[in-house]
Amino acid sequence: MIPERWLNGAILLGMLAVPLWAWADGAPFTITLATKVAILALAGVGLNIALGLGGLVSLGHAVFFGLGGYAMGILASHAQSFVPLAETPFLIEGTKSMPVIWLVAVVVSALAALMIGLLCLRTSGVYFIMITLAFGQMFYYFAISWPRYGGEDGLSIYVRNSFPGLNTLDPIQFFGICFAALAAALWLHGRLIASPFGLALNAARQSPARVETIGLSPFRLRLTAFVISGAITGLAGALFADLNRFVSPTMFSWQLSGEIIIFIILGGIGRLYGPVVGAALFVTLEHVLGGFSEFWQVYLGALLLAVVLVARGGLIGLVAGRERPHE
Amino acid sequence: MSEPVLEVQGLTKHFGAVTACERVSLDLRPGEIHAVIGPNGAGKSTLIAQICGGLRPDAGQVKFLGEDVTALDTRARARMGLARTFQISALAMEDTVLQNAILGALGARGGTPGFLGRALKDKGLREAAEAALTRVGLNDVAATRTAELSHGQRRQLEVAVALTLRPRAFVMDEPMAGMGSEGSARLTRFLSELRHEAPILLVEHDMDAVFALADRLSVLVYGRIIATGSVAEIRANRQVRQAYLGEER
Ligand SMILES: Nc1ncnc2c1ncn2[C@@H]1O[C@H](COP(=O)(O)OP(=O)(O)OP(=O)(O)O)[C@@H](O)[C@H]1O
Ligand SMILES: [Mg+2]
Repeated sequence: MIPERWLNGAILLGMLAVPLWAWADGAPFTITLATKVAILALAGVGLNIALGLGGLVSLGHAVFFGLGGYAMGILASHAQSFVPLAETPFLIEGTKSMPVIWLVAVVVSALAALMIGLLCLRTSGVYFIMITLAFGQMFYYFAISWPRYGGEDGLSIYVRNSFPGLNTLDPIQFFGICFAALAAALWLHGRLIASPFGLALNAARQSPARVETIGLSPFRLRLTAFVISGAITGLAGALFADLNRFVSPTMFSWQLSGEIIIFIILGGIGRLYGPVVGAALFVTLEHVLGGFSEFWQVYLGALLLAVVLVARGGLIGLVAGRERPHE
Repeated sequence: MSEPVLEVQGLTKHFGAVTACERVSLDLRPGEIHAVIGPNGAGKSTLIAQICGGLRPDAGQVKFLGEDVTALDTRARARMGLARTFQISALAMEDTVLQNAILGALGARGGTPGFLGRALKDKGLREAAEAALTRVGLNDVAATRTAELSHGQRRQLEVAVALTLRPRAFVMDEPMAGMGSEGSARLTRFLSELRHEAPILLVEHDMDAVFALADRLSVLVYGRIIATGSVAEIRANRQVRQAYLGEER
């Protein structure tokens, strides 16, 4: 067994090495694939905070991914058409600035997570899964039936948004931005796991009665985790929209919520680097097998089944063994 | 006589047709151990759940530190200083023994738990947790995963977590259950001292421990208290002997 720390280091290095090698080799498409991995992994890290640490199986995380995407789409489309978003009560203009878009994406997703969490976290188990799914569908159908921002067809953005001091049109530089966001989210998740908050949240997952008898509220702990989780997945949505320069209601779809869960299960539920491994595998399979057959997801299904049956700790568990109690 | 720390009046709880508690009244005074005994299914755990806030009584009142806490939830009562141990251990099984104790210390500190600091490197939390583990004799297994503890050790950890809260009263549901005789003798000595820090409402089946520890005893049968008194009084009580002690001897 390889210690999980080393494995994590190797994964992070691999995430950097592949696109750098592709850059030196002049293979921009590989860089784009690596960027997609980084962004999807970021969405997975978001969900992993709710699911791995808090035990909250949300089948509606596409809501936050989609909100992040539409935050970008709406702000950028107004900027490219020079039509302000609102003139009353005060003027709100669109923007092509990534930091501003990210801020909006994070705040909007966090607020949505707060509202959805307040309603859903009163329930648990299958009910929680179903209600989060229902919220996802609500947002999905709302986006489809909102003609102002493209409805079913979605929204195209002509030029990628800008980041001060960088050329975001250069694939390797945009990858750098996404990788930095992923690394920051992993750092935050790592700190949360070891923090008093993480300890309490983790205990609330295992024994809510215990947490109440020491005077803390499992509900509040979970709500906080859900908000942090939604905000991170929202940021991933904004980056994903920028990668494709396109937003559509599929970002809200339940299939997408399911895919984010699949990343986590493949890598290992609650394992810090689980979503990175899961997303990398998913994108690789999609790319390699998708070339052979339209039905590549059959193979994905078989792999998922194997991981669930053979390695309950996911692929990280297979290599690094059982999770140790956190230091 | 000083004011009771905990006072229960007329607590009644029905589960459908089952009457788990019927007009139960008792109190807990400073410095004492008040034991509640009774056969299986008598309603002891139901009584404790109502005292600590997990169950809402159908009728009656719970007063803690002179305040009516009947409408308060478990958390509010815990923050006032009511510490409960569970009959069936309610611990974070995947976590280490030390982490469980630190959780208690975190609750005692109050406020929102921090997000970026390290729980195990927090000096205050760690010292409080380690002190509690040392007192119940679990310091050697602090780094062990809780799931790997014996049943008796889990009971000790329940007590340690309660200690970290530095409570005004303890409510313990069968802390000796599943312990060997040596363990339960040790815990008996420990509780005997602990009563001077905060009084203990003790539900226990181990009669040796109860007779050794209790300042007062209440006997609960089919949800009713049929007698309350000193150990000698309860031993001499004919009704109690028939209803309960007779079966044990
Ligand atoms: N949640 C519940 N729903 C329905 N009935 C319950 C519930 N909890 C307890 N009871 C019933 O209430 C009665 C009292 O149960 P309780 O657990 O309080 O007894 P106890 O004195 O603690 O028993 P033991 O010595 O076995 O721990 C029993 O008849 C039990 O079946
Ligand atoms: Mg009981």
